[in-house]
Amino acid sequence: MRLLDIDDLHVRVDDKPILNGLSLSMNAGEVHAIMGPNGSGKSTLANVLAGHPGYEIIGGSIRFAGADLDGLAPEERAHAGVFMAFQHPVEIPGVTNMEFLKAANDSRLAARNLEPLSALEFMKKVRNLAQSLDLDSEFLKRGVNEGFSGGERKRNEILQLLLLEPKLAVLDETDSGLDIDALRTVADGVNRFHADGNGVLLITHYQRLLNHVVPDHVHVLADGRIVESGDGSLAHALEERGYAWLREDREDTPPARRSSGMRN
Amino acid sequence: MSESPLDIIGQEYSAGFVTDVESETLPPGLDESVVRFISEKKREPGWLTDWRLSAFAGWARMTPPEWAHVNFPPIDFDAISYYSAPKSLEGGPQSLDEVDPELLRTYEKLGIPLHEQEMLAGVSRAEPRVAVDAVFDSVSIATTFKDKLREAGVIFCPISEAVHTHPELVKRYLGSVVPRGDNFYAALNSAVFSDGSFVYVPKGVRCPMELSTYFRINEQNTGQFERTLIVADEGAYVSYLEGCTAPMRDDNQLHAAVVELVALDDAEIKYSTVQNWYPGDADGKGGIYNFVTKRGACRGAHSKISWTQVETGSAITWKYPSVVLRGDHSVGEFYSVALTNNFQQADTGTKMIHLGRGTKSTIISKGISAGRSQNSYRGLVRTSPAAGDARNYTQCDSLLIGERCGAHTFPYIENKSASAVVEHEATTSKVSEDQLFLCRQRGIDPEKAVSMIVNGFCKDVFRQLPMEFAVEAGKLLEVSLEGAVG
Repeated sequence: MRLLDIDDLHVRVDDKPILNGLSLSMNAGEVHAIMGPNGSGKSTLANVLAGHPGYEIIGGSIRFAGADLDGLAPEERAHAGVFMAFQHPVEIPGVTNMEFLKAANDSRLAARNLEPLSALEFMKKVRNLAQSLDLDSEFLKRGVNEGFSGGERKRNEILQLLLLEPKLAVLDETDSGLDIDALRTVADGVNRFHADGNGVLLITHYQRLLNHVVPDHVHVLADGRIVESGDGSLAHALEERGYAWLREDREDTPPARRSSGMRN
Repeated sequence: MSESPLDIIGQEYSAGFVTDVESETLPPGLDESVVRFISEKKREPGWLTDWRLSAFAGWARMTPPEWAHVNFPPIDFDAISYYSAPKSLEGGPQSLDEVDPELLRTYEKLGIPLHEQEMLAGVSRAEPRVAVDAVFDSVSIATTFKDKLREAGVIFCPISEAVHTHPELVKRYLGSVVPRGDNFYAALNSAVFSDGSFVYVPKGVRCPMELSTYFRINEQNTGQFERTLIVADEGAYVSYLEGCTAPMRDDNQLHAAVVELVALDDAEIKYSTVQNWYPGDADGKGGIYNFVTKRGACRGAHSKISWTQVETGSAITWKYPSVVLRGDHSVGEFYSVALTNNFQQADTGTKMIHLGRGTKSTIISKGISAGRSQNSYRGLVRTSPAAGDARNYTQCDSLLIGERCGAHTFPYIENKSASAVVEHEATTSKVSEDQLFLCRQRGIDPEKAVSMIVNGFCKDVFRQLPMEFAVEAGKLLEVSLEGAVG
C-alpha cells in the first residue's frame, strides 16, 4: 500500500527557497532514511510533512495515505496518522507529561470517535511504555521536557510515538546527541513501532542509527532535492566518503542501484 | 508565512445575561442626600451615618488616582446610580422560601447553590459544603447555612444585618484596616457602601465550612460598592471565597469594593477570589471598572493572611490585596493569576508591609496577556526598622500570547530593616510557536493547547485554591482565552 507520495515539492521559508523539486514515495511497511549535509533541507521536509505554519509550499504536492495533505492543519495531519519526532523537543513548564500525553491520546481517539481510555488504563499503558524506554515513572509527573536531558527528551518522543501509533513516523535527527545506550533504547523503540501497516522516515546525519534500524531505502538530500537513492549500502558509502563526492560524481558513478520508488 | 497562529478574535462570556426583576433604583448622582438615603434605607445607627458622611466629605475633596498603568476617560460620578435593590427585597433579606424565584434562578444559572441541601441520613458527603452569601446589586438576597454556622459560633451574614445584630464588632473593626479616607475609591465606598458580607470567627474556632460571597451586578448604570469585613479572633481559621459576574452591557460600570481582614494572635484567614466581571466585548466596548481596595491586618503574633486571586474579568482592574504584618512572626501571602484579553487592562499586585519581627511574605504573581491587552504587576514590599529578620520572596512571571499585548512589572522595595532579606525574581515568556506546534503535532487543537500551556504557567497559584475553585478557575481561563488563537 502506498503511504506517502511527494511530487516535485518546492518549499520556502521567509522567502528563501529550501526544497527545490523534492520527490519521494514510500510504501507501508518500509523504512526510508534521508541523509544529507547541514542545510540540505532535511528538517524542512519533516516540518512540511507535519504542517508547520512557518513553511510555505509553492509547488508540488504531498499525498498521504491517498489524500492530499495540503490545507490540513497540523492537528488534522496528526489525526490522519502523521507523527514527527522533534530534533529539539521544547519544554512546556507546569504541564505534566501525564496531562500532555493524555490530551494527545484523547484527541487522537476523539478524532476517530472513540472513547478516551480510563485514567487507570491510561496510566498503566504509559507507565509500561516509560519503563520499556528506561524512563523513570517519576518523569510522568514532571513538566513536559522540563529540565530533561537531551536523551530523556528523545526517549520521550519515542514514548509518544509508541503511544499514539501513527501511520507514518518522521524522526528528525532523533539520534543526535544520544550516547550509545540511549541510541539503542531509541532504536529498539522505533523497531517495536515499525510494522507492516506503517512507515518510518528517518532523517539523520549519521549512519550509526541505521545499524540498529535497518532502512529499506536510503536517500541523499542536497540543495533541496534528492540527488541519490539506494539501499542500506548507500549509507555505508556516505559514512566512509562523506557527501562531497556525491556532488562531483553523481552523474557517472552511482554508488548503489537507484531505488525504483525514486525519481530524480 | 501563513497568518500567525496566535491571532485574536472575540470571547464568550457566559454570565452576561440580565435578570428581569423590578428594582428600586436611585436616580444617578451623588450628594449628601444620597448618602443619607442609603443609611436610612438600612436603618443605620447615627454613628454609621456620621461615618459615611465624613467619608463623603473627604471623598469630595479627593481626586482619582492617576498613577496606574491604565487608560480610560474620566468617570462621571454623577451619571452613576448609587443604590439599586430588587423591590421584592424591601425590608431586608428574608428566608430562602420567600426570595423571588427569578433571583434564585439567576444564581442557579450561574452555578451558585443557594439551597441548603440537607444531608441524607447515613450518607456523608465527601466534599465540605459551602455557605453562600449572595449579593445582588446593592443588597444581600440570601445567606445559606447561617444556623449551622451559628452552632459553631461563627457569624456570617450581610454586613447591613451585622450592623444591627453585632454593632460592637462592626464598630470596632469597620475602617480599622482600610480607613475611610484611605484612597479615592475607598472613600467613595465608605460613603455609599451598600452591602457585603460580615464574618466573625471566635477564639479557637476552625470554621466548619468554606464561606463564600457571590456578587452580581444586574441593574444598568449602577455602581456596586460592597464592603466585606472578616475578623478571625485568636487561634481561629476561616477560608473565604468570593465570586463575581455581571451582564454584558455597552457602558462601563463601576465596582469599587473594600475588603478588610483582621487576624488576631495565631489566627489564619485564607481569602480566594475568582473575579469574572464582564470584561467588555472584543472591540473593548463596555465592561466593569473594578477599582477595589483589599487589605488584611495580621494584628496578632503568628497570624497569617493569604490572598489568592484569579482575575479574568473587568475592562479595567485596579487592585492590590495587601497585608500589614504587625504581629511578630506573622505571615502574608499573595498568589495571583491575572489574565487579560482583547482590550482589557489590569494594574494589579500587592503590598506587604513588614512591621513585626520575623515576619514573612510570599508573592507569586502570574500575568497573562493576550489580544491588545495591557497587564501590569505593581507590588510594594516595605520593611520597617523594627521588622528584624523579615523575609520576602517575590516571583513575578508574565506570559504573552501574540504580538500586540503588553506586560509590565513595577516592583517597589523599601527596605529599612538591616536584617531583612528581600528577594525578587521576574520572568517574561511567550507562548512560543514551537510549544504550540508540538501540541498540535500531537493532535491537540490550538485552543486546548494554549489553555493547557497557560494552566501550566498558573499551576503554582491554582494549587492554593480550594479544590472546586481550582477546577472552576481552570475552566474560566479556558473560556477567557477563547479566540486567543485563530
